[in-house]
Parts: sequence; C-alpha cells; structure tokens
Amino acid sequence: MNPGSLAPAERTRPAAPARGSEVFVDLRGVSRNFGAVQALRPIDFQVLRGECLGLVGHNGAGKSTLMNVLSGTLNASAGTITVNGADLSGRYDVRVAHHAGVRCVFQELSLCPNLTIAENARIAHPALRGIGWRKRAAALMQGALDQVFPGHGFGMGDVVGEMPIGRRQMVEIARAFTETEDEARLVILDEPTSSLDQGAADQLIAAARRFAAGGRSTVVISHKINEILAVADRVVVMKDGTIIDDRPRAAWTRDSIVEAMGHAAERIRTTRVTTATADTVVEVPSSGSGSLAFRAAKGEIVGLAGLAGHGQTDTLLAIQSRAGGAKVSGEVALVPGDRVVDGVFPLWSIERNISARWLPDLTQGGLIRLGSERRKAQEWGARLALKTPDIRDPILSLSGGNQQKALFARALGSPATVILMDDPMRGVDIGTKQDVYAMIAKEADMGRTFLWYTTEMDELYYCDRVYVFHYGRIVKELVAAEISEDAVLRASFEEHA
Amino acid sequence: MSRQALFATAERLLPAITLGLLLAAIFTEQPRAMSYFGLNLLLSLAIPIMFATLAQMMIIAINDLDLSIGSYVSLVACIGSTLLTSQPWLGALALVCGIALYAAVGALIEWRRLPSIVVTLGLSFVWLGLAVTLLPTPGGKAPAWLSGSMRAQPAFAPLPIYFAAVLSLVGWLVVSRSSFGVILRGAGGNARSVARAGWSLLGIRMAVYGMAGLLGTISGLCLLGLTTSGDANLASRYTLVSIASVILGGGSFIGGRVFPVGAVLGAMTLTLAASFLTFMRINADWQIGAQGFILVAVLALRAMLSRGREAA
Repeated sequence: MNPGSLAPAERTRPAAPARGSEVFVDLRGVSRNFGAVQALRPIDFQVLRGECLGLVGHNGAGKSTLMNVLSGTLNASAGTITVNGADLSGRYDVRVAHHAGVRCVFQELSLCPNLTIAENARIAHPALRGIGWRKRAAALMQGALDQVFPGHGFGMGDVVGEMPIGRRQMVEIARAFTETEDEARLVILDEPTSSLDQGAADQLIAAARRFAAGGRSTVVISHKINEILAVADRVVVMKDGTIIDDRPRAAWTRDSIVEAMGHAAERIRTTRVTTATADTVVEVPSSGSGSLAFRAAKGEIVGLAGLAGHGQTDTLLAIQSRAGGAKVSGEVALVPGDRVVDGVFPLWSIERNISARWLPDLTQGGLIRLGSERRKAQEWGARLALKTPDIRDPILSLSGGNQQKALFARALGSPATVILMDDPMRGVDIGTKQDVYAMIAKEADMGRTFLWYTTEMDELYYCDRVYVFHYGRIVKELVAAEISEDAVLRASFEEHA
Repeated sequence: MSRQALFATAERLLPAITLGLLLAAIFTEQPRAMSYFGLNLLLSLAIPIMFATLAQMMIIAINDLDLSIGSYVSLVACIGSTLLTSQPWLGALALVCGIALYAAVGALIEWRRLPSIVVTLGLSFVWLGLAVTLLPTPGGKAPAWLSGSMRAQPAFAPLPIYFAAVLSLVGWLVVSRSSFGVILRGAGGNARSVARAGWSLLGIRMAVYGMAGLLGTISGLCLLGLTTSGDANLASRYTLVSIASVILGGGSFIGGRVFPVGAVLGAMTLTLAASFLTFMRINADWQIGAQGFILVAVLALRAMLSRGREAA
C-alpha cells in the first residue's frame, strides 16, 4: 500500500488491442442550459472500451454537468447520446443508463443513511427483488467490496449512517461496481477519493485499472492531479463548459494539466516562512502511551495529518469544547469539512450563513444590527472573492467551493484567534483553494493560529508544523523542512503495518 | 456481547420492555385483569389504534406527517354506520373513493412539493365536514357482520392479541424485510438518491398514502365494530395517539427509521396506559398529563440508550 506501487511499468494495460479502440459512449453536440446559463456548450465526448479517462477542470467547468448527462440524471438540452452502438438520445434517463451499464458515484454521498449496506444495493438494482433478495444483495455488495477494497471489514448488515464518511464513500464506490442483470460497463467516479484515506485511494486506483483491463471503462474526476496521472489512460481538460484539451496520459505532466486548467502552476513544496511566535495558545496533553502532546503557538499554522478519521477531527472538537484537558487561550472558530452536515444552513441567505458565528458581537439590546451585519458580510465576501451577484441570495445558489468560502468567512470574520479547520478543502477547486491558502497565510501573519486537519498532502506544505495521527494517537511531529508526503506516509503506516 | 451491541439491543427491545412493565403493573394492581376477558377488555380498543398507527407509520417513513388520520378514521366509522348498512355497495364505493383520495393527496404533495402537515391539516377539516354531513348527530348502526366479527372470541388468546401478532408480522415483512419496504424507507432516508436510482417518488408517495388510506379504513371499520355506532368525532384523538405510538415504538420523525413491530407495541402501550392510570385511581383530569409523562420518560430512556451506544 505504499505510494510507489503505481510504478509506470504496472500502469500499462495488458494487451487488448482489438477492444481498445472501440467506442463505448459517444456524445455528439451535447449541451445543457440552466435558464440563461449555458453549463455545457455543445461538445463531443467519447469513452472507449477498456479505457480509464481522467477528467479535470476547476469548479464550474461543467464536469459534473457532463457526468450528470452521461449518467442520465440530467437531460441534455441538445445532442445525441450513443451507448454501446445504440442511439439512446431522447429516451435517455437513469434507468436506461443503468441498463446500458453506465453508473455514477456522485460527489456528494448518495446512500440512504438509514439502510444497511445490502439494502442500499437494492436501491440501485431493480432486479434485486423477490424471495431471497437480501442474501443476493449482501453477496453482491460483499463481492464488490472484496474486489475494490480487499480487507475492508464491513458487515453487510451495517447501517450506513453509523459509519464515518470515508467508509460510506467506500460502500458507495463499491456499489457502482455491482452487477445484476445490468452489467457495469462504465463507472463514473466524481471526486471518489475526497474522503478516502491514502490506503483506500490506492486500492481504488488499482481496482479501476483492473476494471479497465477487463475491457470496462471508468471516468475519474479529481482535483488531485497525481491521482489522475496515476490512473488515467487519457486526460480530458474542461473549462467554461467545454473541452479544451484531450491527450493521452503520456503527453501530460502535472504542470501541463494545471496549466491547461487555466491556473498558474500550483505552489508545490514551497516552504512557508513561519509567522509563529513564542506564546503557546493551544495545549492538549498526551492522550496515552506513545502519543505526543499537542501544542500550537500564536501565529502558527499547525497541520493534523495521517489517514482519514484517525482522531484528527476528535482532537479539533476537543479543542473547540475545551474537553480532554485541552487548554486554549482566546476564542475558537471551526471551519467544518462536511458542508452539508455541519456547515451551511441551507434555507438561509449567504449573508446570514456568513454572519451566524458573529451574532454575539453584532447585537444591540438583544437585536441584530442589520446594517453592520450586511456591511461586514459584504466586506468578507469581497475579501474571499465570493462569486455571487448578491450576498442576499440563498446559500445554495453558490457552487460548492464558494459555499466553502462562505464558511471560511464565517470563521475568519469572528473575533476568534484560533481557527480550527476540519478538512475544509474536500472536493474544492484549485482556484478557490489558492484564494483560501493566501488568506490563511495572511491571517496567520496577523497573529491568528490555524489548526488544519487535511487529507491532501499538498496542503501540509502550507503548515509550520505537522502532527501525524494514527489510531487516535499523535505518533509523529514534523517541523517545517521535515514535512513531506513520504514522511507523513511513513509515520501513518509505521506501527500497524 | 460488546457494550455497543448491548445498548443497541436494549434500544430495540425498549417498546417491548415498556409494554411488559406496564402489563406487570396492571396485573399487580388488578390480578383479575390477567384473564382472557380481562385482556380482551383492556386491549380491544387497541385494535383500531394499531391500524391507525401503522397508517401513520407509513407516512412517517417518508418524512411526512398525517394530521388527518383521526378524522379520516371517524369518517370511515360514519360511512360504515350509515351507507354501509343501508346501501352496502354505495358504502363500499365510498370507502374505496376515500383510499383513492388518500393516494391522490400523496400525489399532490409530491407533485407540488407541499408540506404534508399543512395539506393533511386542511384535509382533516374536509373529512370532518363530510362526516358531519353524513351523520350530523352520533348514531347510525354498524353492519351486523362487522360488530359480530369484532365480538369474536377465538381460542387460546383474545382477539386483540391475534390482531397484534398478525399486524406485527405483516408490517415487519412488508416494511422491514421486503424489497418494496427498502425503497419506501430509502425514500425517507435520502429521497434524492432513490430518485437518482430511477425510482419514481410520485409513485412511492402515492403508494404510501394509498396504503395509509387502506389502513385508516380498516381502523375505522374495526372501531365501528367495537362501538357499533358512529360519530364524526369518534377517533379525533387518534391523530396524536398514532404519532405517539410510532415514536414510542422506536421510530423517528425524519430519516426513514420506522419499526412496525415497535409501532404495534407502542399502540398497545398507549391504550393500556389509560387503563393503568384508571386502575391507579388517578383523577381523569390528570390522566392525559400522566400519559404524556410516560411518553417523555420512555423517550428520554431511549435517548440515553442511543447516546450510550454512540459513546461505547
């Protein structure tokens, strides 16, 4: 499970020359409008049999719209859709797509949390019915999970809602690979690894390669370019609702992809000039044998790394509630990672969502001072370059990345001096990320402390110090120059490997 | 068994434990109740409540709430005591129309994205109006076959026990075990994902409301069989009792978490609670409050168990 296991030699596909060139999905002149907005300009898009296609582009580039059209959840406004040689335009919907073997794992989790793993398989498969359907559903999911995530340890009667988000995503991915009378011929993975730890992400990449080797196809959408480079045979770049580049994997480099997406080359491996001072503002004592104590100074950016769900969030929450012996001086604000669950108030305006954390400081005689609320919300919206015509619009009118910016504004606009970040960049586009990284550095310079749990290795380079978590314990502290993907992975897998 | 599993089991068994404790308390207070006739008397009124509770449970399973079930059950009793006796075919047709209307309301709620609470609250006045029109003053007469069958005294156990057993079994098979039940609960858990998998939410909602209408109809007929005459306000308290029973049985208002067996036990518990308080010679003025207290105590216990399970 080490990152080196995807050496180029292993990546080349076993010879299947005849199938390789067959077109499985062929979209011609497909477009989609939402009112006056053209989310998808007329485009041609093909997926070949046995191909793993990487699809990149920042938020709003039209990737998700294209995939929704391909999986039948959105109707195309124009164009023809041919799957497996059959022209399905005009009568293409989810059922038809499923029958033709097209499956999609959506970015936001779409399992039913109140149902078990096996029961969720039933939701996807109309054919799972009649006597004994439970046994068949359980066997189906067990098989798919064993195949994609060997050693997963799930019970098929486990209720999905009681699992952590990363485990749920594993179930959802595996479900897309299940087959009843409808085969799985093309699986679309939209940000599949956003909540997975490195081990599971590597397993998924390997599974996608095996799937392709069997003559099936996958489309992988990811903001993690390394992942795209590891898995794809061909990389398609989208921007502003159209395809702007399409080349085989060999013709791409990390830099060229980022450049094609319309951003300057990503900042990689730049070491931060630290703004940490000597005063300690956060202290959490060691949680037991072999665990280090946690400490953060004023003006410092401290990373919480390690595999997803190994106690990083719990530590942040303990700091927030000052539980477990945590000593914190000054106010604390949290930027949540799971927007839908602990982030936005879906029925409120952007402005109200932003100001929710500030209200104690905006009240006079028990009433909210509406004027200052609006001014301040507008100011923070502008500072974070929130893309909206009006701050009074509903929060759900924003794209995911911009919703996340609003949550940053909520925390940063408060008087809090310690900002906790619970993996807030999950599935956010690079443009938004760059804006937020710059803001974090600036705020740290002004004396704020950031405690940053992240599952993205690149983000650790923005930190002064990194604690690596493993099964609820802090097993390693990395300072500035020591921080590297390799060092974090080594610490994460050291003990129980 | 791990601590977590222990808590989970306790949580699941809570409705049965509550009912058991209540029965034990009643039997200690009134040993004569521990007989065929005693149980029959105690529980016969639970039969229509069980059906009304299952109707409510279907609706709650998809995150809706039916505030009209009480007046609908009353309306059915009124139809039963007038039309069904005088013109059986017309009466039967009226009952079928009622079920179809229920399904149509489900379609309306889905189609216009209306809040079920508002629609069914309005609907409760429609049912009440129809019932008053049909039977302006309490009276009428139940068809003889109906009151006769509700007086049946089967072997081994009194009629309500048979009803409870059969309803639990059928409810469990349909809602908790069948592939249809999964779609139904899935729609409560994550409607969008169910729709994305190609299921018609319109169809699901119509089926659910139709089934609730059917169960409500049976409830009304059973009630009429017991009382033998109708009244437009006969079952008006069923609305809240049915909601309480579903929740007492382990269900949640949102998220598609419903338990048919628990709901049936909850309906029996609430029926018995009233008798128990009478046995305890608690003033009738205090009884409603005392019933509420039992409900709060059980729910608090459940919350504690579920928290304990999460902490374990």
